[in-house]
Amino acid sequence: MNAENPIWALISTFGLMSLFAVGGAAAAVPEMHRIAVEVHHWMTDKQFADAYAIAQLSPGPNVLIVTLIGYAVAGIPGALAATLAMCLPTALLAYYVSRLLNRPGQSRWPGLIQAALVPLSIGLMAASALILAQSTDRTVAALLLTAVVAVVASISRINPLWLLLAGGLLGFAGIV
Amino acid sequence: MSPDSAPAAHEPDIPAAQAPPPGLVALFLAFARMSLAGFGGVLVFARHAIVDQHRWMSADEFNETFALCHFLPGPNIVNLSMVFGARLRGIAGGVAAFAGLLLPPTLIMTVLAIIYARFGDVDVLRRSLAGISCAAVGLLIAVVFRMMMPLLKRMDIVVLILMVGVLVAIGVLRLPLQAVLLVAIPVSIGVTFLIGGR
Repeated sequence: MNAENPIWALISTFGLMSLFAVGGAAAAVPEMHRIAVEVHHWMTDKQFADAYAIAQLSPGPNVLIVTLIGYAVAGIPGALAATLAMCLPTALLAYYVSRLLNRPGQSRWPGLIQAALVPLSIGLMAASALILAQSTDRTVAALLLTAVVAVVASISRINPLWLLLAGGLLGFAGIV
Repeated sequence: MSPDSAPAAHEPDIPAAQAPPPGLVALFLAFARMSLAGFGGVLVFARHAIVDQHRWMSADEFNETFALCHFLPGPNIVNLSMVFGARLRGIAGGVAAFAGLLLPPTLIMTVLAIIYARFGDVDVLRRSLAGISCAAVGLLIAVVFRMMMPLLKRMDIVVLILMVGVLVAIGVLRLPLQAVLLVAIPVSIGVTFLIGGR
């Protein structure tokens, strides 16, 4: 979209985003949506929802939705740049903090801060679910499918892959 | 056990039969395997492999490590791979676990992206993806629900208000993440400190 190098835009965007992504990848999904769809117009709303679905369906950490966003912006180099920018800085940060804290005689602050972040990260995850539901559940059947999967996955220990597969089959059959 | 970190005040019930630290290749392969098994999230498979299968960590050590990675920014499980690998084999081990976790799925994802870019307009694929999207959102709701349960059980009003506040600010008002966290994190730490200090 802009004259700048798109690779650099990806690296700066996701590198910065990862540092604020407390609560994991799911918590960062609304921000990814805002940046990729509303700010930079890298993808349409539909493309973003599809990318989220592909990331859920494929193996590996769900954060790899950034690989798809990166590919949409700048092909294979974009995919790799976005993935590393999202994952490497915080992994190194975690490494250093872990070495720092992994010493005897630590204070109670680490536990306190962690406890303080729990409700925030759950709130963020709930916001992700809400935003994604708004962009995917456009019909009653779709809403129903989401609700049924949510209930089944909450009360049973079924492998999530089966539920994704069932959703795919229902979509394939044109029901949702 | 990691040779460079003295275990501080551990419970006596740590199983004596803890495996020796794995090599770099073994770390890479183990994380590649759990990553490729991890449809819809890797945590379950990571814990199974590290604690139950290979006995590289006790359940308590794993919990401590994951808790640390959860409260740091970034993708939890990616952070976990780096921290865990580094605890066992130094920074090289961290890089090996990190690469094992990310490399195979990134390649798969890139292939899928190419396929999507070429066939994304095909109606059948679109319809199937629409169905998968609905199910994926349902799975996310279920995870959020499970994580919420302990908070709901404790019925701590302040904590619930914080949680709902973030939900509304991000999910309904669509405020930027950084701005919300810049306010919410200090408030939450302050509140937790006051409650815990009593």
